[in-house]
Amino acid sequence: MSPLHAAIPVANGGALPLADLPLLGRGHFTGALLAEVAEGARVAALFATPGGRDLELYAVLARDGRGDLAVLRTEIAEGFPALAARCPELQLFEREIAEQYGCTPGGHPWFKPVRFHRSWRTGRDAWGRGAARPRPAVQEFYRVTGDEVHEVAVGPVHAGVIEPGHFRFQCHGEQVMHLEIALGYQHRDVERLLLGGPHPATPHQVETVAGDTSVGHASAWAHLCEALGGAEVPPRGAVLRLAALELERLANHVGDIGALANDVGFLPVAAFCGRLRGDYLNATAVLCGNRFGRGLIRPGGVSADLADEQAAALRERLAPVARDTRGALELFFDTPSVLARLEGTGHVAAADAAAVGLVGVAGRACGLKRDARAHYPLGAYRAAGVEPAVKWGGDVYARAAVRREEVAVSLALVDQALAGLPPGPVRTASGALRPHALAVALVEGWRGEIVHVALTDAAGRFARYKIVDPSFRNWTGLALALRGEQISDFPLCNKSFNLSYCGFDL
Amino acid sequence: MELFARAALHLTLLLVFAPLLSGVIARTKALFAGRTGAPLLQPYFDLARLLRKESVFSRTTTWVFLAGPVAGVAVPVLAALLMPFGALPAPFAFTGDLLLFVYLFGVARFFTVAAALDTGSSFEGMGGAREVTFACLAEPTVLFCLIVLARIADSLSLSALLGPHLAAAWRTPAGLSLGLVVVCLLVVLLVENSRIPFDDPNTHLELTMVHEVMVLDHSGPPFALVLYGAALKLMVLGAPIVRLLLPVATGHWAGDALLFLAGMLLLAVLIGIVESVIARLRLVRIPQVLIGTTLLSGFALVLVLR
Repeated sequence: MSPLHAAIPVANGGALPLADLPLLGRGHFTGALLAEVAEGARVAALFATPGGRDLELYAVLARDGRGDLAVLRTEIAEGFPALAARCPELQLFEREIAEQYGCTPGGHPWFKPVRFHRSWRTGRDAWGRGAARPRPAVQEFYRVTGDEVHEVAVGPVHAGVIEPGHFRFQCHGEQVMHLEIALGYQHRDVERLLLGGPHPATPHQVETVAGDTSVGHASAWAHLCEALGGAEVPPRGAVLRLAALELERLANHVGDIGALANDVGFLPVAAFCGRLRGDYLNATAVLCGNRFGRGLIRPGGVSADLADEQAAALRERLAPVARDTRGALELFFDTPSVLARLEGTGHVAAADAAAVGLVGVAGRACGLKRDARAHYPLGAYRAAGVEPAVKWGGDVYARAAVRREEVAVSLALVDQALAGLPPGPVRTASGALRPHALAVALVEGWRGEIVHVALTDAAGRFARYKIVDPSFRNWTGLALALRGEQISDFPLCNKSFNLSYCGFDL
Repeated sequence: MELFARAALHLTLLLVFAPLLSGVIARTKALFAGRTGAPLLQPYFDLARLLRKESVFSRTTTWVFLAGPVAGVAVPVLAALLMPFGALPAPFAFTGDLLLFVYLFGVARFFTVAAALDTGSSFEGMGGAREVTFACLAEPTVLFCLIVLARIADSLSLSALLGPHLAAAWRTPAGLSLGLVVVCLLVVLLVENSRIPFDDPNTHLELTMVHEVMVLDHSGPPFALVLYGAALKLMVLGAPIVRLLLPVATGHWAGDALLFLAGMLLLAVLIGIVESVIARLRLVRIPQVLIGTTLLSGFALVLVLR
């Protein structure tokens, strides 16, 4: 069997009996994974779960060109040879596995804890840390030494009301030579909370993996349940899901443009966008009673129907909001002093972005054509025909411009959805989950690609639940964007990525 | 006695009305952003609130930490005594007082930066480095501008520099130089008072701050002094610009005072508009702008030396 045929294909939002997934030898697995990556595949998720002789290792590959996913499985013992040096996008995944199961990826070039939590297997810590809960950011930071080099530490407590994270800059004057980011302050152990589920609390836990992406994460989870439970979402439910996901994108993209305007001290757009973000959140509240879309997405469809008159009223209400949004964006992108501030700031090279596997807005701003809505459409997106909004600059301007383009697309999608709600029910019963199966779902949240993978046990319960938030990959991109940049531009770069701390910390 | 009355009027104008300018700037910005904005008197309420609060001092700080805010208030008060407010002449004037005026602010800056360094925080050190860099680059502009004015007035005292001859000077070829001086002084005013596009007084992002980051550790009454000192500085440094643009006298001290205050309020509105319509510059661009204004002021000097 050639390495390229070792991976078992699976559709996005599809399931696969575990029995169909061969347990490859370690060498075979490595060869197949590297061959797929060389052919243009990306690693959407890499995770371990107890099984086999010690641990089983699963890799989910995303083949954007072919529009399908593929899964590889092998087993690992105490330690395993790291692939991070040959395939840098794996580096965080391998560190994550090491931290969770206390096994050491041999030859890992940057072997540090990810979230600073205790090993899931008592007494087997990869760094030999004691039994007490490790404290975040207590680690050896990369240091530059020299007479004029100074170190700036920011966080976890910041001057604004934002999530906690620790940033360590190595600076020469105003110039940043290296930025290291230490997170983990908000680790809640979500993946293990979901084990043995679905529990009654599961939907709420999934919706708060990253609070600003409630609809995105809930959608990915619902797709998994539907894949494993054999349910087909009715058309009306699927269209309402699309509307909710796009409203979430609108609220956040518009809010981000406003935040960028605020950071460069351009007040009118900052003020307009702050108000407009509220309008989009309120529109989401019309769908389900919650401004962040909590409680809307449920396996089998959506929890609440939107009557045709309500849809028409909402559409009417959104028309002036859309007009104001276009006006605010035009003002922002037509002001020379704003453009001077954005262009060329926080540049990430396309090759680096591809190597570390950036996704979503940050990836598309570097010319990476990656959009799960286009490559792996689910539900109503199959008919929507979304084109990825790709820019080439890789700087703050490109990230803002991607958002601008996506705002226009989302406005059109929401309008179409509300204008053409198909008749019929919004939800169907989603049955018991299939036992001994693997299901995977990729959903393009507003920040980027959200990956959920579930393995079920003999009773059809979650034996392993893997969540990859786009922030997990993109924080590395922020660190790269700061190389050689002015330290005073960090807040602007940070805002242009606007990553989730809790989505990373899980 | 007359000197005492003049000094009292000068200080009353300064001490009472300075915080109002910040209120006018904030209100102008609010209107541009489509908001109602805080009351015009909000800066006074803020000062009253801070004065009632308790101060928190880091264990690493010494008396130097308090010297910053004190010098920040004392210096503008002293400098104001050398600066004519509109048609009201300065209480004190002597040959060469313009140099004392410039370097009094140097003293205030020294103490502010020393207070920032006293905390031992890397942020405040960064802010101090930026402040001193920009001040160094702004200094030649100020001096060139003063030399231009001195050449036109043929005197070396601020009161004479900004005397009644300015109204006539605008109509002579030297008027062009005066125009350039106004532009340069306006830039220096924005730099020195940490306004957009050079600094953002409202930002919460410690890494981008210039002036604000140096006073992050101050709280309670010392922080009230910092804010009050900043308001006084804005008024004292704005006064020459108002005088250059409104070189008229009403003939009565009350009318002159009202005219001066009206001019200051218009200047505050102008600052508010500038802050609303342009974004902040990248930090690396600020020295380039300041070198540009130095060249501009040098050109103004060349024009009057012909």
